[in-house]
Amino acid sequence: MLREGEVRIPSGCAISGFFSRSGSRISGGTILKSIATMHDRSNGLGGGFAGYGIYPEYKELYALHVFYDNMTSREETERYLDRRFDIVNLSRIPTVKTSEITDVPLIWRYFVTPLPTKLANEQIDEREYVARCVVSVNTKIDGAYIFSSGKNMGVFKAVGYPEDVARFYRLEDYSGYCWTAHGRYPTNTPGWWGGAHPFALLDYSIVHNGEISSYDANRRFVEMFGYKCTLLTDTEVITYIIDYLNRRQGLPLKDVAKVIAAPFWSEIEKLPEKEKEKLTYLRNVYSSLLVTGPFSILLGFDGGMMALNDRLKLRSMVAAEKGDTLYVASEECAIREICPAPDRLWSPKGGEAVMAVLEGEKSKV
Amino acid sequence: MIDFLYPEYEIVRNPDRCIKCRACERQCSNEVHKFDPELNMMTADESKCVACHRCASICPTRAIKIVKTDHTFRENHNWTNETITELYRQASTGGVLLSSMGNPKPYPVYWDKILINASQVTNPSIDPLREPMETKVFLGRKPEKMEFDKDGNLVIKKYPNLELSVPVMFSAMSYGSISYNAHESLARAASELGIYYNTGEGGLHEDFYKYGKNTIVQVASGRFGVHKDYLDAGAAIEIKMGQGAKPGIGGHLPGTKIAGDISKTRMIPEGTDALSPYPHHDIYSIEDLRQLVYSLKEATAYKKPVIVKIAAVHNVAAIASGIARSGADIIAIDGYRGGTGAAPTRIRDNVGIPVELALASADERLRREGIRNNVSLVVGGSIRSSSDLVKAIALGADAVYIATGALLALGCHLCRSCHLGTCNWGIATQRPDLVKRLNPDVGYKRLVNLIQAWNHEVKEMLGGMGINSIEALRGNRLMLRGVGLNEKELEILGIMHAGE
Ligand code: SF4
Ligand code: SF4
Repeated sequence: MLREGEVRIPSGCAISGFFSRSGSRISGGTILKSIATMHDRSNGLGGGFAGYGIYPEYKELYALHVFYDNMTSREETERYLDRRFDIVNLSRIPTVKTSEITDVPLIWRYFVTPLPTKLANEQIDEREYVARCVVSVNTKIDGAYIFSSGKNMGVFKAVGYPEDVARFYRLEDYSGYCWTAHGRYPTNTPGWWGGAHPFALLDYSIVHNGEISSYDANRRFVEMFGYKCTLLTDTEVITYIIDYLNRRQGLPLKDVAKVIAAPFWSEIEKLPEKEKEKLTYLRNVYSSLLVTGPFSILLGFDGGMMALNDRLKLRSMVAAEKGDTLYVASEECAIREICPAPDRLWSPKGGEAVMAVLEGEKSKV
Repeated sequence: MIDFLYPEYEIVRNPDRCIKCRACERQCSNEVHKFDPELNMMTADESKCVACHRCASICPTRAIKIVKTDHTFRENHNWTNETITELYRQASTGGVLLSSMGNPKPYPVYWDKILINASQVTNPSIDPLREPMETKVFLGRKPEKMEFDKDGNLVIKKYPNLELSVPVMFSAMSYGSISYNAHESLARAASELGIYYNTGEGGLHEDFYKYGKNTIVQVASGRFGVHKDYLDAGAAIEIKMGQGAKPGIGGHLPGTKIAGDISKTRMIPEGTDALSPYPHHDIYSIEDLRQLVYSLKEATAYKKPVIVKIAAVHNVAAIASGIARSGADIIAIDGYRGGTGAAPTRIRDNVGIPVELALASADERLRREGIRNNVSLVVGGSIRSSSDLVKAIALGADAVYIATGALLALGCHLCRSCHLGTCNWGIATQRPDLVKRLNPDVGYKRLVNLIQAWNHEVKEMLGGMGINSIEALRGNRLMLRGVGLNEKELEILGIMHAGE
């Protein structure tokens, strides 16, 4: 059986997420309830969550969540990390044994900060340093896989139905200002936990529903810039595109959305001169990062969340607002389950980004 | 010494149908047909026939057909009829064999061993009749880094780019090698379609300066017809380093074709052979190329992209990467099937490599080096249909060049006798009586039809793949599968085998 990454596995999916703009911390149990209503959109072969604001006591440290196949890979990884980071805290991630979740790998968590001397030697910024170390572990150490690497956020995922995954990780013990969730419906059995979603790099995490037709064009473009698509999933490549455009090129997320789900030329033609010039420029320069085919994605990042549909809206996605909280899900029922009477409920247009940020945060958008 | 070569093609005339109108006699520039008053019948000297089908096409009673002769030497797989005949010809003349159009030999055509994907179940196909389907592309350099002003607004850095409504351009064919009317047809079609045609190395006739917005002006080793106004007239400048039909050697236009306006446009005396030098004598190395690229840019105030065209040769990937670093905005790669107005037969048939492989390895190399977005890749030689076009884009091309295909649309019948200068279809000739057979009003329309037809087909294939913009197909090799290719071929093409 080929493992995820050795073969490309198309998947259908369910996604759900919410974001409190005031930063109120909401229990992981809430997202469990929401995603569980869309049980039939998953088939038990992958589920996962990302929570933001869940580690306030360590908010200045990178939280690394790691899957290990065995003790050897763990020891090797820890030696690697030890040479590059100050490891402030390490432990197994608490889980509960359940009959639904099987083939459990070793799951560890590290709170780390880059060693200042190492960082200074490399002459790159801190985030780039962390990103390179993560990619290095994932591609070079056999049996080790860092699946979460942001500050004050964490990804929890496994092979199973999302509600079982949530119980397995005791998600109700965490609370955060933002949660996203994913239930996967792959067309063949990946059987590997790393292949479940969300996919994350630094504080960016993505849950995605769809199968993009531009995959190889996108992959071959971002791989020019040091990324290595090892999972061959859409989610992975979309995360790298966002990381490249937002973090490395400095493009605000609203413009990143205009690259990924670029407006049609016929629409660009109709815009005022300045806007037209800018969008023509972005489409021309990053034509290889246009993502086609059906997708709905929820991007979580430090202090914000963005929802985006492909430009033809080939996948369902509904948004709602209640008070300061934004809800987005594949189906309305997943929102109603946790927010029965929203102030506003709508179906965002294809290519139109829906964004929420913490009050007072504007930097990335 | 008996020096007899049996004609390759025979003219079969049905006497029951022939009405002796003598149209074939009047129309054949090779003087094949004659009326014999004594016998009161039409006769033919087939030794002069080039199989261009002019007579068969215009015969009012459909009395003529051209067939391959079954006259043969004793069969021999090593010494074929063709090999023997060519050897006799050289023994009698002592000359280099000349040919035209592209390499006709039975080497593999990789386009025909590649298949395209379509969506089923897991993602939807997109219906081009009901949804927008985009084929616009820009060719040229892109900035490597986004820049922002102090208020955080995006700074727009404009490199000169070509905008194409469809990723197809008419490849270089010089005025001289083809006729005025052929050039006019190409220029008008390019303008109407929102694409570009290429002057080739023969300069630009003053009547066609008005199509400059859709013209690529070429600078080749002979520098024929190159001057400031010429460079300024075009939308882009192409430096021709090589041509797929004859890699390593220069252009060759027989003196018979250098008449009147052509000598004026080329700025050389009438009747002289126009032989371009093999290399550019100011380019013996990659750093010299850089100087020419920048002198052309200086001369045109950095307003026009510079294309460097090379023949697909063994080391094409490394050469392409060198060119990308030389300041060129676009690299054009011409495969060994590419056409020509005249080339030594041995070179045409034995030098160069297939463009499919050249494209795949050049695109991959540029990506490995992280510079693929600094240049655009255009390939030609030969793209025969919209499916070749789709496969080329999916392998990694930004656009394609077509020339033989464009001439076919203008009536060319691929008789491969362009070097004789007596093209019966008014294309590869300068004889006024022949040139006027090609009506540019009709010719340009046929070119427009061809590209529009291809564009429709491209959109259908894109839609089938669930893609609604051609940009998302560029380099999208997962959309391709090989059939009947070995592992090495698949590895070079960067595609999987069908069924994988
Ligand atoms: S054109 Fe046809 S009908 Fe007329 S003379 Fe020739 S073969 Fe006969
Ligand atoms: S252009 Fe004319 S001479 Fe050349 S191959 Fe075509 S028909 Fe023959």
